[in-house]
Amino acid sequence: MVPQTAYLIIAAILFCVGLYGALARRNAVSILMAVELMLNAVNLNLVTFWRFNTPNNDSTNGLKIGMAGQAFAAFVFVIAAAETAVGLALIIAMYRARQTVVAESADSLRG
Amino acid sequence: MQTIDWVQWLAFGILTLITVGGALAVVIDRNIFHSALWLLVSLFGVAGLFVLLNAPFLAAVQVLVYMGAIVILIIFAVMLTRRLMGITESVNSQWWIGALVSIVAFLVIALVLAQAGSGSAPLLARDPIATLSNRTVADFGAALVDPAQYALPFELASLLLTGAMIGAIVIAREDA
Repeated sequence: MVPQTAYLIIAAILFCVGLYGALARRNAVSILMAVELMLNAVNLNLVTFWRFNTPNNDSTNGLKIGMAGQAFAAFVFVIAAAETAVGLALIIAMYRARQTVVAESADSLRG
Repeated sequence: MQTIDWVQWLAFGILTLITVGGALAVVIDRNIFHSALWLLVSLFGVAGLFVLLNAPFLAAVQVLVYMGAIVILIIFAVMLTRRLMGITESVNSQWWIGALVSIVAFLVIALVLAQAGSGSAPLLARDPIATLSNRTVADFGAALVDPAQYALPFELASLLLTGAMIGAIVIAREDA
Protein backbone atom coordinates (compact mmCIF):
# COMPACT_ATOMS: atom_id res chain seq x y z
CA MET A 1 0.00 0.00 0.00
CA VAL A 2 1.07 3.58 -0.59
CA PRO A 3 2.32 4.83 2.79
CA GLN A 4 1.00 7.88 4.57
CA THR A 5 4.25 9.78 4.08
CA ALA A 6 3.85 9.68 0.29
CA TYR A 7 0.47 11.41 0.42
CA LEU A 8 1.76 13.97 2.90
CA ILE A 9 4.74 14.76 0.67
CA ILE A 10 2.39 15.34 -2.29
CA ALA A 11 0.30 17.66 -0.12
CA ALA A 12 3.45 19.50 0.97
CA ILE A 13 4.55 19.98 -2.64
CA LEU A 14 1.09 21.24 -3.57
CA PHE A 15 1.09 23.65 -0.64
CA CYS A 16 4.54 25.05 -1.41
CA VAL A 17 3.74 25.50 -5.10
CA GLY A 18 0.62 27.39 -4.05
CA LEU A 19 2.66 29.44 -1.57
CA TYR A 20 5.07 30.45 -4.32
CA GLY A 21 2.17 31.40 -6.58
CA ALA A 22 0.50 33.48 -3.89
CA LEU A 23 3.75 35.32 -3.11
CA ALA A 24 5.08 35.83 -6.61
CA ARG A 25 2.21 36.38 -9.04
CA ARG A 26 1.04 39.88 -9.88
CA ASN A 27 -2.46 39.18 -11.14
CA ALA A 28 -4.96 39.00 -8.27
CA VAL A 29 -6.84 36.15 -9.99
CA SER A 30 -3.60 34.14 -10.14
CA ILE A 31 -3.10 34.72 -6.43
CA LEU A 32 -6.61 33.42 -5.79
CA MET A 33 -5.85 30.31 -7.85
CA ALA A 34 -2.68 29.72 -5.83
CA VAL A 35 -4.71 29.99 -2.63
CA GLU A 36 -7.03 27.32 -4.04
CA LEU A 37 -4.01 25.06 -4.51
CA MET A 38 -3.03 25.57 -0.87
CA LEU A 39 -6.57 24.78 0.31
CA ASN A 40 -6.46 21.59 -1.75
CA ALA A 41 -3.20 20.60 -0.07
CA VAL A 42 -4.87 21.06 3.32
CA ASN A 43 -7.81 18.93 2.19
CA LEU A 44 -5.46 16.20 1.01
CA ASN A 45 -3.77 16.24 4.41
CA LEU A 46 -7.08 16.03 6.27
CA VAL A 47 -8.30 13.08 4.21
CA THR A 48 -4.93 11.32 4.50
CA PHE A 49 -4.92 11.55 8.28
CA TRP A 50 -8.54 10.40 8.34
CA ARG A 51 -7.68 7.34 6.23
CA PHE A 52 -4.63 6.31 8.19
CA ASN A 53 -5.24 7.44 11.78
CA THR A 54 -8.96 7.54 12.56
CA PRO A 55 -9.74 5.54 15.71
CA ASN A 56 -11.99 2.83 14.41
CA ASN A 57 -14.84 2.58 16.90
CA ASP A 58 -17.67 1.30 14.74
CA SER A 59 -17.77 -1.92 16.75
CA THR A 60 -19.41 -0.14 19.70
CA ASN A 61 -22.20 1.46 17.68
CA GLY A 62 -22.84 1.40 13.99
CA LEU A 63 -22.57 5.09 13.20
CA LYS A 64 -19.93 6.70 15.39
CA ILE A 65 -16.98 5.79 13.18
CA GLY A 66 -14.78 8.84 13.30
CA MET A 67 -15.65 11.09 10.38
CA ALA A 68 -13.73 14.13 11.59
CA GLY A 69 -11.29 14.21 8.68
CA GLN A 70 -13.94 14.06 5.98
CA ALA A 71 -16.20 16.50 7.83
CA PHE A 72 -13.40 19.06 8.13
CA ALA A 73 -12.52 18.57 4.47
CA ALA A 74 -16.16 19.27 3.56
CA PHE A 75 -16.04 22.48 5.61
CA VAL A 76 -12.86 23.48 3.78
CA PHE A 77 -14.84 23.10 0.53
CA VAL A 78 -17.47 25.49 1.89
CA ILE A 79 -14.86 28.02 3.01
CA ALA A 80 -13.12 27.78 -0.37
CA ALA A 81 -16.35 28.46 -2.24
CA ALA A 82 -17.16 31.46 -0.03
CA GLU A 83 -13.61 32.78 -0.29
CA THR A 84 -13.57 32.51 -4.09
CA ALA A 85 -16.96 34.21 -4.49
CA VAL A 86 -16.04 37.16 -2.26
CA GLY A 87 -12.49 37.36 -3.63
CA LEU A 88 -13.62 37.48 -7.24
CA ALA A 89 -16.29 40.06 -6.37
CA LEU A 90 -13.55 42.21 -4.82
CA ILE A 91 -11.36 41.76 -7.89
CA ILE A 92 -14.20 42.77 -10.23
CA ALA A 93 -14.99 45.81 -8.06
CA MET A 94 -11.30 46.75 -8.12
CA TYR A 95 -11.17 46.31 -11.89
CA ARG A 96 -14.16 48.61 -12.21
CA ALA A 97 -12.58 51.29 -10.04
CA ARG A 98 -9.00 51.13 -11.32
CA GLN A 99 -9.06 49.26 -14.66
CA THR A 100 -6.44 46.83 -13.36
CA VAL A 101 -6.24 43.62 -11.37
CA VAL A 102 -2.52 43.79 -10.58
CA ALA A 103 -2.28 43.18 -6.85
CA GLU A 104 0.37 45.80 -6.05
CA SER A 105 -1.63 48.58 -7.72
CA ALA A 106 -4.19 48.36 -4.90
CA ASP A 107 -2.24 50.73 -2.68
CA SER A 108 -4.77 53.37 -1.61
CA LEU A 109 -4.26 52.47 2.04
CA ARG A 110 -0.48 52.65 1.87
CA GLY A 111 0.87 55.16 4.41
CA MET B 1 -2.90 -8.56 -2.70
CA GLN B 2 0.33 -8.08 -4.60
CA THR B 3 -1.43 -7.04 -7.83
CA ILE B 4 -3.68 -4.57 -5.99
CA ASP B 5 -0.59 -3.05 -4.43
CA TRP B 6 1.04 -2.63 -7.84
CA VAL B 7 -2.05 -1.06 -9.38
CA GLN B 8 -2.37 1.34 -6.45
CA TRP B 9 1.21 2.53 -6.81
CA LEU B 10 0.71 3.04 -10.54
CA ALA B 11 -2.46 5.07 -9.96
CA PHE B 12 -0.73 7.04 -7.24
CA GLY B 13 2.18 7.85 -9.57
CA ILE B 14 -0.06 9.01 -12.41
CA LEU B 15 -2.22 11.12 -10.10
CA THR B 16 0.86 12.64 -8.49
CA LEU B 17 2.15 13.60 -11.92
CA ILE B 18 -1.20 15.20 -12.83
CA THR B 19 -1.54 17.03 -9.53
CA VAL B 20 1.99 18.38 -9.17
CA GLY B 21 2.45 19.08 -12.88
CA GLY B 22 -0.86 20.91 -13.05
CA ALA B 23 -0.03 22.93 -9.94
CA LEU B 24 3.37 23.94 -11.32
CA ALA B 25 1.79 24.95 -14.61
CA VAL B 26 -0.78 27.06 -12.71
CA VAL B 27 1.90 29.20 -11.10
CA ILE B 28 4.29 29.28 -14.08
CA ASP B 29 2.03 29.82 -17.10
CA ARG B 30 1.99 33.47 -18.15
CA ASN B 31 -1.42 33.28 -19.78
CA ILE B 32 -3.92 33.50 -16.94
CA PHE B 33 -6.60 31.67 -18.91
CA HIS B 34 -4.28 28.69 -19.45
CA SER B 35 -3.44 28.92 -15.78
CA ALA B 36 -7.11 28.45 -14.90
CA LEU B 37 -7.32 25.41 -17.19
CA TRP B 38 -4.22 23.91 -15.57
CA LEU B 39 -5.90 24.44 -12.20
CA LEU B 40 -8.67 22.18 -13.50
CA VAL B 41 -6.08 19.47 -14.26
CA SER B 42 -4.49 19.76 -10.83
CA LEU B 43 -7.84 19.62 -9.02
CA PHE B 44 -8.74 16.51 -11.01
CA GLY B 45 -5.56 14.86 -9.76
CA VAL B 46 -6.51 15.67 -6.17
CA ALA B 47 -9.97 14.17 -6.79
CA GLY B 48 -8.26 10.97 -7.94
CA LEU B 49 -6.14 10.93 -4.78
CA PHE B 50 -9.35 11.24 -2.74
CA VAL B 51 -10.64 8.10 -4.50
CA LEU B 52 -7.40 6.29 -3.62
CA LEU B 53 -7.94 7.35 0.00
CA ASN B 54 -11.43 5.77 0.15
CA ALA B 55 -13.24 9.14 0.17
CA PRO B 56 -15.46 8.83 -2.94
CA PHE B 57 -17.95 11.44 -1.73
CA LEU B 58 -15.24 14.06 -1.35
CA ALA B 59 -13.93 13.17 -4.80
CA ALA B 60 -17.40 13.79 -6.24
CA VAL B 61 -17.70 17.08 -4.35
CA GLN B 62 -14.26 18.05 -5.61
CA VAL B 63 -15.35 17.51 -9.21
CA LEU B 64 -18.73 19.20 -8.76
CA VAL B 65 -17.87 22.14 -6.50
CA TYR B 66 -14.22 22.84 -7.25
CA MET B 67 -13.95 21.95 -10.92
CA GLY B 68 -17.56 22.66 -11.77
CA ALA B 69 -18.23 25.83 -9.82
CA ILE B 70 -15.09 27.50 -8.49
CA VAL B 71 -12.97 27.18 -11.62
CA ILE B 72 -15.88 28.35 -13.77
CA LEU B 73 -16.19 31.37 -11.46
CA ILE B 74 -12.47 32.06 -11.87
CA ILE B 75 -12.73 31.77 -15.66
CA PHE B 76 -15.64 34.24 -15.58
CA ALA B 77 -13.50 36.67 -13.60
CA VAL B 78 -10.63 36.24 -16.06
CA MET B 79 -12.95 37.03 -18.96
CA LEU B 80 -14.49 40.03 -17.19
CA THR B 81 -11.03 41.49 -16.61
CA ARG B 82 -9.79 40.49 -20.00
CA ARG B 83 -7.74 43.57 -20.79
CA LEU B 84 -5.04 42.20 -18.54
CA MET B 85 -4.51 39.04 -20.56
CA GLY B 86 -1.87 40.72 -22.70
CA ILE B 87 0.33 41.46 -19.71
CA THR B 88 3.93 40.38 -20.15
CA GLU B 89 5.22 40.51 -16.60
CA SER B 90 3.44 37.77 -14.65
CA VAL B 91 5.57 37.75 -11.49
CA ASN B 92 6.49 40.64 -9.23
CA SER B 93 9.99 41.88 -8.44
CA GLN B 94 10.20 39.77 -5.28
CA TRP B 95 9.41 36.46 -6.93
CA TRP B 96 12.78 34.95 -5.98
CA ILE B 97 12.07 35.62 -2.28
CA GLY B 98 8.75 33.81 -2.70
CA ALA B 99 10.52 30.89 -4.40
CA LEU B 100 13.10 30.78 -1.61
CA VAL B 101 10.43 30.84 1.10
CA SER B 102 8.40 28.06 -0.48
CA ILE B 103 11.47 25.86 -1.10
CA VAL B 104 12.63 26.31 2.50
CA ALA B 105 9.09 25.60 3.75
CA PHE B 106 8.99 22.40 1.68
CA LEU B 107 12.40 21.27 2.97
CA VAL B 108 11.30 21.83 6.58
CA ILE B 109 8.06 19.89 6.05
CA ALA B 110 9.90 17.08 4.25
CA LEU B 111 12.45 16.85 7.06
CA VAL B 112 9.73 16.63 9.70
CA LEU B 113 7.85 14.01 7.66
CA ALA B 114 11.01 11.96 7.14
CA GLN B 115 11.71 11.99 10.86
CA ALA B 116 8.11 11.18 11.80
CA GLY B 117 7.92 8.35 9.28
CA SER B 118 11.16 6.57 10.19
CA GLY B 119 12.52 4.80 13.27
CA SER B 120 11.31 1.76 15.14
CA ALA B 121 8.00 3.32 16.23
CA PRO B 122 7.12 5.85 13.52
CA LEU B 123 4.51 8.49 14.27
CA LEU B 124 3.06 8.14 10.78
CA ALA B 125 1.21 4.95 10.02
CA ARG B 126 2.63 2.74 7.28
CA ASP B 127 -0.67 1.06 6.46
CA PRO B 128 -4.18 2.52 6.32
CA ILE B 129 -6.91 1.44 8.73
CA ALA B 130 -7.58 -2.13 7.68
CA THR B 131 -11.16 -2.53 8.86
CA LEU B 132 -12.70 0.54 7.29
CA SER B 133 -16.47 0.46 7.19
CA ASN B 134 -17.68 -0.22 3.67
CA ARG B 135 -20.41 2.39 3.99
CA THR B 136 -18.30 5.47 4.69
CA VAL B 137 -20.53 7.73 2.58
CA ALA B 138 -23.59 6.78 4.63
CA ASP B 139 -21.61 7.22 7.85
CA PHE B 140 -20.38 10.60 6.67
CA GLY B 141 -23.90 11.77 5.87
CA ALA B 142 -25.16 10.59 9.26
CA ALA B 143 -22.27 12.35 11.02
CA LEU B 144 -23.04 15.65 9.26
CA VAL B 145 -26.65 15.76 10.53
CA ASP B 146 -26.10 14.11 13.90
CA PRO B 147 -26.64 16.76 16.63
CA ALA B 148 -23.94 15.05 18.70
CA GLN B 149 -21.41 15.47 15.89
CA TYR B 150 -21.46 18.04 13.08
CA ALA B 151 -25.05 19.28 12.76
CA LEU B 152 -24.27 22.75 14.15
CA PRO B 153 -21.11 23.36 12.06
CA PHE B 154 -23.01 22.07 9.04
CA GLU B 155 -25.80 24.65 9.52
CA LEU B 156 -23.26 27.38 10.26
CA ALA B 157 -21.51 26.53 6.99
CA SER B 158 -24.71 27.07 5.05
CA LEU B 159 -25.19 30.39 6.85
CA LEU B 160 -21.63 31.39 5.94
CA LEU B 161 -22.24 30.50 2.30
CA THR B 162 -25.43 32.58 2.22
CA GLY B 163 -23.61 35.53 3.78
CA ALA B 164 -20.72 35.20 1.34
CA MET B 165 -23.03 35.07 -1.68
CA ILE B 166 -24.97 38.16 -0.56
CA GLY B 167 -21.69 39.92 0.19
CA ALA B 168 -20.31 39.03 -3.24
CA ILE B 169 -23.41 40.41 -4.95
CA VAL B 170 -23.26 43.63 -2.90
CA ILE B 171 -19.55 44.16 -3.58
CA ALA B 172 -19.69 43.45 -7.30
CA ARG B 173 -22.88 45.43 -7.96
CA GLU B 174 -22.59 48.07 -10.65
CA ASP B 175 -23.89 51.05 -8.61
CA ALA B 176 -22.16 50.11 -5.36
